[in-house]
Amino acid sequence: MTPDIKNDEEAILKEANHLLKDPAKRRLLGNVLTLGGLSLATGIALNHYGSVNEILKALSRFNDGAQRVIFNPNALAPTYTEADIKHPFPFNAFYSVDKAPVVDGEKFRLELSGKIADRRPWDLQHLHALPYTEQITRHICVEGWSAIGRWGGVVFSEFLKRVGADTTCKYVGFKCADGYFTSIDMPTALHSQTLLAFTFDGQLLPAKYGFPMKLRMPTKLGYKNPKHIVEIFVTNVYPGGYWEDLGYNWFGGS
Amino acid sequence: MSENGDKSSIHPLWLRLIHWANAAAVIVLILSGWRIYNATRFMHLRVPFTGEALFPNKWTIGGWLGGAIQWHFAAIWVLFASAVFYILLFLLTRRGKQFLPVTPSGLLADIKAFLRGRLSHADIRQYNTIQKLAYLFAMIDLVVLIASGLVLWKSVQFGWLRVLLGGYEAARYIHFYAMCGIVAFIVIHVVMAVLVPKTIKAMLWGR
Repeated sequence: MTPDIKNDEEAILKEANHLLKDPAKRRLLGNVLTLGGLSLATGIALNHYGSVNEILKALSRFNDGAQRVIFNPNALAPTYTEADIKHPFPFNAFYSVDKAPVVDGEKFRLELSGKIADRRPWDLQHLHALPYTEQITRHICVEGWSAIGRWGGVVFSEFLKRVGADTTCKYVGFKCADGYFTSIDMPTALHSQTLLAFTFDGQLLPAKYGFPMKLRMPTKLGYKNPKHIVEIFVTNVYPGGYWEDLGYNWFGGS
Repeated sequence: MSENGDKSSIHPLWLRLIHWANAAAVIVLILSGWRIYNATRFMHLRVPFTGEALFPNKWTIGGWLGGAIQWHFAAIWVLFASAVFYILLFLLTRRGKQFLPVTPSGLLADIKAFLRGRLSHADIRQYNTIQKLAYLFAMIDLVVLIASGLVLWKSVQFGWLRVLLGGYEAARYIHFYAMCGIVAFIVIHVVMAVLVPKTIKAMLWGR
């Protein structure tokens, strides 16, 4: 046995022992073989032995692809009545409600960037003058709860058309006043129920629900619905997201 | 292994492979599912005696919600693949005859035998009525788990299934109760297998 092979052997055993220390991982090590096979079937090469996280991330990407295939642009999320609206509507963010960002509506300008023809910033007055639609839909949270609310604003595809966004691109990304960021696939951006929302329950969006605007998509989980949007960009380069980069599924569709 | 190989085996190789892949997938799904449940704990259940909130994190896998979801959605593909192969091979090899028919008279006779402690496992190729019902329950429960899981995952794309199950939130409860059903099945299944060890040998080596 050459010294190189010996070193490799030691490294593999060390890594395996490390994995075996964690009882949860030990229980599942048998499964890794199966997962590895699946991952190879999806064309992703594994560079590290026992890199369970890499396999799981690869499968999450595979899951994005499956959702892209399943997504039907004509399938509509159910709509509800006033009586179904949840009061008070739950607040949820990566900080507590009193830390919700305060945005000065007077000075606010929505920035546009990337593959958009007309990238002039928008003030709130002009945004609020856009054709207004309302819908009562179910907000589904990845944490295992859902709540029905009423959001109003402009159909996002209409907005994208007005600014001359290149809708052949793959992604639309969002940057938010609280440091949050996320991105969505173009077919969902163009879905008829995707709203750039300025109101909640008939009132201007309060700070806790995302003033000055949020992207409301009843076809995606809550963490895909960005609040406090300050910049929208269109791109072909995968932009990721706050929770997505930590491990939540990127497509996150319903 | 005999010279005849799988031809004379109780469980053909394909069935054993599917069984263990399925077992691993279902266990991962349960343990990661418990972690996902913990993010909201909509049932407000507690561990008997200790009073800890169900499910203690040490019973779960994934480390956090995002990790648990990754495990859950990885294992789903294993379960899905094994379900597809099982259904295909089930139909091709006409395995249905092991689980059917289930008759009330047969059930009554088996319950009486069970109460007298005389329910026979002498020939493990032959399932008694209680076994048939248990395996049919497990199959149907897995179908319910997959259907309710599809609604939780894709309530818009599988709108008809959402309506069939009584709405989005109903699917959450159905998924939870069906999980309880499969856990109960696994507990009984494992206890019975341990009591009749030749069944474990048969599922490992085929005979």
